[in-house]
Amino acid sequence: MNIRAIRLFAAAALFAPLLAFGQKNSCIECHNQLDDELKAPAAGLAADIHAQAGLSCKDCHGGDPSQDDVDKAKDKSFKGSPKRKAIPQFCGGCHADAVAMRAFNPNLRTDQLSQYWTSRHGQRLKAGDTKPAVCTDCHGVHGIQSAKFPKSLTFPWNIPQTCGRCHADKATMEPYKLPTGQLDDYKASVHARALYDKKDLSAPVCNDCHGNHGAFPPSVSSVASVCRQCHPSTGDLFVKSPHKKAFDDMGAGECEVCHDNHKILTPSTAMIGTDQGASCVQCHDKGSKGFEAAAEFRRELDGFESGFRTAGDLLAQAKHKGVEVSDVEFRLQDVNTFLVTAKNLTHGLDRAEVAKAVTDGEKALVEVRAAGEKALDEARFRRRGLAVITAILALFGVALALKIRHMTRARSAAEGRGSHS
Amino acid sequence: MAAKIGQSVWKFLDERFLLSGLIAFGKKKTVPEHRRSFWYFFGGICLFLTGIQIATGIMLLLYYTPSVDAAHESIQFIMGVVKFGWLIRSVHSWTANILVGLLFVHMFSTFFLKAYRKPRELTWVTGFLLLVIFMAFGFSGYLLPWNELSYNATRVGTDIAGSLPFIGHWLKTFILGGAEVSQATLSRFFWFHVAILPLAALALIGIHILLVQTLGMSKPIGERNTKEIPFFPDFLYKDALGWTLMLVLIGVLCVFLPWEIGPKADPLASTPLGIKPEWYFTFMFTTLKLVPAHILSIEGEKLAILAFMTGGLLWLLVPFLDKRAGREKRSPVFTWIGAALALYIAIMTILTYTVPKL
Repeated sequence: MNIRAIRLFAAAALFAPLLAFGQKNSCIECHNQLDDELKAPAAGLAADIHAQAGLSCKDCHGGDPSQDDVDKAKDKSFKGSPKRKAIPQFCGGCHADAVAMRAFNPNLRTDQLSQYWTSRHGQRLKAGDTKPAVCTDCHGVHGIQSAKFPKSLTFPWNIPQTCGRCHADKATMEPYKLPTGQLDDYKASVHARALYDKKDLSAPVCNDCHGNHGAFPPSVSSVASVCRQCHPSTGDLFVKSPHKKAFDDMGAGECEVCHDNHKILTPSTAMIGTDQGASCVQCHDKGSKGFEAAAEFRRELDGFESGFRTAGDLLAQAKHKGVEVSDVEFRLQDVNTFLVTAKNLTHGLDRAEVAKAVTDGEKALVEVRAAGEKALDEARFRRRGLAVITAILALFGVALALKIRHMTRARSAAEGRGSHS
Repeated sequence: MAAKIGQSVWKFLDERFLLSGLIAFGKKKTVPEHRRSFWYFFGGICLFLTGIQIATGIMLLLYYTPSVDAAHESIQFIMGVVKFGWLIRSVHSWTANILVGLLFVHMFSTFFLKAYRKPRELTWVTGFLLLVIFMAFGFSGYLLPWNELSYNATRVGTDIAGSLPFIGHWLKTFILGGAEVSQATLSRFFWFHVAILPLAALALIGIHILLVQTLGMSKPIGERNTKEIPFFPDFLYKDALGWTLMLVLIGVLCVFLPWEIGPKADPLASTPLGIKPEWYFTFMFTTLKLVPAHILSIEGEKLAILAFMTGGLLWLLVPFLDKRAGREKRSPVFTWIGAALALYIAIMTILTYTVPKL
C-alpha cells in the first residue's frame, strides 16, 4: 500500500512541472505584481473577448511567456506596446485578415481597418495627428468585450457616452474647432428617450448616423439619406413635395432644417403652423401662400388632436372609475395611428391627403368617444346601483336589529316573570 | 284544498327525510351567550362567504377559458362585455380575500377561547385543514387570469416549493406539470380550483358543521354565565346581520375598486420588480427573504420551510398538546404562543408592504 502511494507521489512530482509549464504565463504573473498602469493589462485580460477565444498576451505582443527571466521573455519576437499611430494596423493584423478571423468568428466583418482609413479619425491619424480616436479609444485596451455585452463600451446604450468622452470634452475638441454639445443634445432627443427610457436597442445612436469605423459627419446632402434609413415614407413624401426643390435651391439640408440634427425632439403639431416657434415661419412670411397653407394644416391637425385627447381623457376617467376599457383603448391606438399618419403626410404638403387621413381618423374617433361615454354611464350606473342596494340592505339590517332587540327584550321579560313566579 | 296538498307533501317528505326530527333538533338547539360570544359569528360569516364563492365561481365558469391563449382574454370579456360580469368576478376575487382573512380571525378566536379542547379536537383539525384548502384555493385561483403578476408569483411560489428537501423537485414538477409555468400548469391549477379543492372543501365543511351542530358551541374556560339563546331564530338573525354587513362591504369594494385584470403574462419578459404572492402568503414569503443564507451549515431557506411545516403540524395538533385546556384549566403558555404567532404573522405581512426592499 505504501509502495503504491510512493509511486503515485513520484509520478505526480514528475509530471506536475510539465502541466504547470503548459499553462505558464509569466506576463500575467509579473504584471499582476506591478502597480496601476502596468497591472491593468493583466487585471483586465480575464474578461477580454480575446482571452475567452483562447488568445494570450504573446498573440498580440509576441515574446515568450514561458520564461521567468524578463530578458528571455522579451525575446526577438516581442513587439511590446504599439505606438498610438500604429494601433489600427496592430489590431488590423488580425481583424483585417479574413483568413485569420475565420478561425475565431467567421461572421465578423474584416473591413473595419479599410473603413477606418476613410473616417475623419483615420484621415487625421494618417496626416500625423495622433489625438483622433484609434481602436482602443472606443473598444478599450485589455478587457475588450463584445458589442453585444451590455457593459461593453460599444453596446448601444453606452455608445453616446463612449463618443462623448472626446466629443463632449471642450479641451479635446478645442484644437479642431468642433462643438461639444452633441451629447447633451442627443440626450434630450426622441431617439435617446427610446433608447434609455424604453430600452429600445434599435434606437439610433451616434454610429447609426455617422458610421462606426468609417465615422464621418454626414454632409448637408447626405443627412436626409441617413434619416431615411429608418424613416423611408417621410423621405418619399418630402421628395415629392414642393419643399424638395426649394430646399435644394437654397442649398439647405432636408430633415435637420426643421427637426435639428442631434437634438431631434419628439415631433409635435406645434412645429406646424404660424405660431412663433413653428418651423414653417422660419421661411414663410405672413400673407404668403405657404403661410396660409401652414395655418390650414395646423387647424386640421389641432381639431383632430384635441378630439383624440378628449377621447383619451374619457377613457382614463372610466378606467379610474373601474370600468374595463382595454378594448376601447386598443381602438384609440388605431386613432393614434391615423393621427401619426396625418402628421407624417404634412411632409408631402398635400392638403387633400392630410384631410383624408384626418377624416378617417375622426370617423374612428366618434366610435371611441361613444364607447368612452358609455363606459362613464356604466360607472354612474354602478354607483347608483350600489346606493340603491346599500339602502335596501341597510333597511333590512335595521329591521333585523330591531327584531333582535325586540326578541331579546321579550325573552328577558319572560325570564323575569319566570324568576318572580 | 291547498292546505291538504301541503300536508300530503310534507308527510311524504317527512317520512323519507325525517324532517320532523331535524326541526325538533333545530327548535331545541341553543347557543351560549356571554361577553365573548361575538366571536361565534365568524364561522357563520365564513360559511356565508363560501356560499358566495361557490355561486360566483359557477357563474364565472360560463365564460372563463383555461387556456394560455384565451384565459386573459376571457377575463377581459367577463369584465368588459358580459352583463354584470365585472360584478361577479370582482365579488369572487374580493370575497376570496375577505374569506381568507376572516378564516384567520375565526381560527385565532377559536384558539384563544380554547374552543379546540375535548371533545372538539376534530372540529379544530377540520377547521385548520379548511384554512389550508382555502389558501390553496387562493394560490390556484390567482394564476387563472394569466396576468403578469399571477404568472410571476406562481413562478416564485413554485420555486419555493421546489427548494424543499428530498421532495422539492418532484413537488414542483407535479404542481407545474413540467419544468416551467405553462399551459399544463394552468390546466392543473384550474382542475384543482374547480374540481379537487371544492370536493375536499365541501366534504370538510360538511364534517366541520356536523361536529359544530352535534357538539354545540364551546364556552370559554371558566365562563360562569349559563345563559343560552335559541339557535333558531335568535342566533340566525344575528348571523344574518353580519352577512348583511358583509354584502355591503363587498358591494362597496366591487364598485369602487373592481378587481384588476393586469397585463397579460409574457413568459419571455423579465420578472418585474417587487413580485410577491397573495397577502396571506406574504408572512412566509418575507420570512424566507429575511432568513440568513445558512444556519449552522444548513441552507436557511430550506430550514425555514421545514420550520413552517413543523409549525403547521404542531398547530394542527394543538388540541392534543394542550392538556391543561383539555382538563378545563387555563393554559397561558398556549395563549402566549398563539399571541406571538399572530403578532409574527401581522408584523411580517405589514413589513412586506411597508418595506418592499427587504
